Amino acid sequence: KWSERKVTIFTPMSDQQETGPTMRRLSQLESVVLWNRARQIKRELKQGVKKPYREVIDISWGDPQGGGIKPLSFVRQVLAACHYPQLLNSDKLPEDVRQRAERLLKECAGRSTGSYTATQGIPYIVKGISEFITRRDGGVPSFPNNIYISSGSQWSLQVPTSLILIISSFFFTGVLTPVPCYDKVNMSIRELGGVTIPYYLHEDQGWELQIEELNRALESAKGVCNPVALYVMNPGNPTGSLPQRRSSFSWLMSEFVSYKKVLAEMGPPISETVELASFHSASKGLIGECGLRGGYVELVNVDPAVMEYIYKLFSTDSCASVPGQIALNLMTHPPQPGDPSYSLYNEVIMTITQLMRVFEVLNSVPGFSCQPVEGGGFAFPRLHLPLNAIHKAKEAGMQPDEFYCVRLLEESGLLVNPGWNFEQKEGTSHFRMNIMIKEETLEGVLRRLVSFHTKFMKEFS
Amino acid sequence: SVCERLETLWPENHSTPHHYFFGVFQILHTSNMSQEAVNGVPCRGKVLTLDTMNPNVKRVEYAVRGPIVQRAVQIEKELREGAKKPFTEVIKANIGDAHAMGQKPVTFLRQVLALCSYPELLEDNKFPEDAKKRARRILGACGGQSIGAYSASQGIECVRQDVARYIEKRDGGIPSNPDNIYLSTGASDAIVTMLKLLVCGEGRGRTGVMISIPQYPLYSAALADLGAVQINYYLDEDKCWSLDIKELRRAVTEARQHCNPRVLCIINPGNPTGQVQSRQCIEDVIRFAKEEHLFLMADEVYQDNVYAEGCAFHSFKKVLFEMGPEYSSTVEMASFHSTSKCYMGECGFRGGYMEVINLDPEVKAQLIKLVSVRLCPPVPGQALLDLVVNPPQPDEPSHTTFMKERTAVLAALAEKARLTEQVFNTVPGITCNPVQGAMYTFPRITLPQKAIDKEAGQVPDMFYCMRLLEEEGICLVPGSGFGQREGTFHFRMTILPPTEKLKIVLQKIRDFHQRFTQEFS
Repeated sequence: KWSERKVTIFTPMSDQQETGPTMRRLSQLESVVLWNRARQIKRELKQGVKKPYREVIDISWGDPQGGGIKPLSFVRQVLAACHYPQLLNSDKLPEDVRQRAERLLKECAGRSTGSYTATQGIPYIVKGISEFITRRDGGVPSFPNNIYISSGSQWSLQVPTSLILIISSFFFTGVLTPVPCYDKVNMSIRELGGVTIPYYLHEDQGWELQIEELNRALESAKGVCNPVALYVMNPGNPTGSLPQRRSSFSWLMSEFVSYKKVLAEMGPPISETVELASFHSASKGLIGECGLRGGYVELVNVDPAVMEYIYKLFSTDSCASVPGQIALNLMTHPPQPGDPSYSLYNEVIMTITQLMRVFEVLNSVPGFSCQPVEGGGFAFPRLHLPLNAIHKAKEAGMQPDEFYCVRLLEESGLLVNPGWNFEQKEGTSHFRMNIMIKEETLEGVLRRLVSFHTKFMKEFS
Repeated sequence: SVCERLETLWPENHSTPHHYFFGVFQILHTSNMSQEAVNGVPCRGKVLTLDTMNPNVKRVEYAVRGPIVQRAVQIEKELREGAKKPFTEVIKANIGDAHAMGQKPVTFLRQVLALCSYPELLEDNKFPEDAKKRARRILGACGGQSIGAYSASQGIECVRQDVARYIEKRDGGIPSNPDNIYLSTGASDAIVTMLKLLVCGEGRGRTGVMISIPQYPLYSAALADLGAVQINYYLDEDKCWSLDIKELRRAVTEARQHCNPRVLCIINPGNPTGQVQSRQCIEDVIRFAKEEHLFLMADEVYQDNVYAEGCAFHSFKKVLFEMGPEYSSTVEMASFHSTSKCYMGECGFRGGYMEVINLDPEVKAQLIKLVSVRLCPPVPGQALLDLVVNPPQPDEPSHTTFMKERTAVLAALAEKARLTEQVFNTVPGITCNPVQGAMYTFPRITLPQKAIDKEAGQVPDMFYCMRLLEEEGICLVPGSGFGQREGTFHFRMTILPPTEKLKIVLQKIRDFHQRFTQEFS
């Protein structure tokens, strides 16, 4: 009976009743089996069930602190003092911490981190971000008016994306996205009513972005949808690649160059016309404060009339989380040489040695191959699975890499993210693992991985 | 055949045949030839212009942070640069931000937040044991024992359990399942998430969402952005902004002619009006929602802010369950709460949650997916929420101070609510309903005809508020930003400034109104 049907019906009842195509497309992604099993195993371990391992090592997310890396003292001391200014009355906290906290509190309405802020973010912090960008890009000017802080960069990605995507019953708007790609990006685009137009990164060439492939992808969109935007990730996630060509090990010397910098260096007219949105976050890098949710977008060459609507959209969310905004400030303006907190701040979280170790191990085991990890904090090794394993996976109703990852979790307690979630070239298998973790943990991870892999390959040979 | 081609090229896109219409593509490729950017760079060739932009966005407005506030910020800048004005500061009575107006944060909450942020402080004997206990518990539930780690997208499990327990206690024992609790980035985030799930269909089948007039403009903005149909139901100003079922029925019946009404939004206590729904009224609304097959969204962020004699907060969920299984097992509902209001006023932490009732299990699975796109809500906000639902108990060291601070905040608000109503009602041309709850007053102002006719391009109450801003440095939000009956004018003012300052503000508005009326008589 109609009255007994739930209002929140999901599957389309008829053409008129269809829920947004966006919602349905979201539902096709992601391996639910793996996460459910991980949750279950963690519970079982807590209850004392015996397993070949004592704990699950979760390296499926890009979360340094979740992976055991300690946060930076300077950051946490400043945050504590901002939330509870009584701490400023004693000498317990270093001088530079107290000064920064005082400065930030001065910029908070009512001297409280509990007040709302300006829509774009606390002006002092936004200005700091523009200075950081200018410095990073060798002097290319950055304007505070073009910067919006949000609770995590995914949020700031969604605002310009929602402007550029048009939901219509007659056509789709498309965004070119890489394969493989960070899964949240594809989900965002689809949630907002767009389609993703895949362009394949060239795995054998270090996951290179090739222009011919971009052209092919664009060509494939003709007559099918209206491409309006190109999404690039630099450094890549999950691939860890940087968009430059180089020979064997000179990648160790590679440097991050921003798209904005290159755009500016290309000069007018292109530097004044190409519309660009760049995203950054306090979740990664040295600071690694994922849980505080601090991110920003810088908009370049966007029509000023459109900027007014960007402002309106951001304003309906009030403002970004204040702890996240503070984290961004500490990221853009870390302690300087001579400051009491300087030496502690500069202990590098992830050494080059770690990167090389991962690369070495993964390429020495038959059935694995891995492109150089140049940045980004993840490894995305390729699995060369035997046919028997692929068949077994099919029988179980899973993708081959998903099947591998479930077995890896069950037998060794390692939780990684199957390549299927990131989309990949048909017929290939991968998984993504977070390598922004403590060195000892990494050793343990590699040990478990190699041991499991050897057994797995033998079982299905 | 195009769909088949799409399927083979991008199997993940799962297209359906009726979504294609070739000829229309051409429209999008015409660049906007007539628009020149302010900086002189021709917009010819720009991909994103007003014409090519998502047209829904054009209808998005959010008056609380709109043009009047932008002018207020500009004036503040001018004052800082030494400009001479008839006032030395701008009083921002436009936004429900208690701390910005001088309200002090609750000590216990900030102690625990400091401990969570910098756990080395757990060794500091200046922090009370109950604060340390809670910090340790929260940190224990975080990845890597740190608030800097991502949490599960639905929110930290032990926080959700605590929220469920809080709800059970508040609602006299009616069970609450932690699986039905979704933590969010402020209540606004959860409200928009639910609307995203609910809005679908096309043409006459497009989802209609009922919202009060006046309303908090997040709703109208979200509905515009999502392309939903906004169905207005008018609150009765003459009866203290009460909600009338007859009016609800009128609105929904009329709406069925052009859309598919699926959702009914209620803000209780109300924003901007402050009215607190009676238990009977809530029952009537639930009955109505069941009869009309509507999803109920109960925005209850001001649930602690109740001042008027004879008024009390009744949660929609409690009333629903007290109406028996005929209703409690069928009516679908979501209730929203936040750490931004009540006695905490911790807006900047963006803490909040929603509890969903009778949601289709398949929809719940999709809801998890939807909230995972932004990874997780800010963890400090989740920690703060945990403290709000788990405050110091009578046998704990921080209890006395905590209760003292909490009571003082709420008592001050009650006093200011009473004072505001009293003063405004002494002004000829201003009528003010009792501020029963929330944080705002929404008085009606009578504007002389000459003033209404004066600015052709500007809405009369915006004109009034702009003049008030320029002459007295007081920033309010015009009633047009919230919706009001045709031909009536209002403004929304917060009752948050400290009592002494509030008295001055009320006086200034009284004097301004008299001057204004005189000028345009």
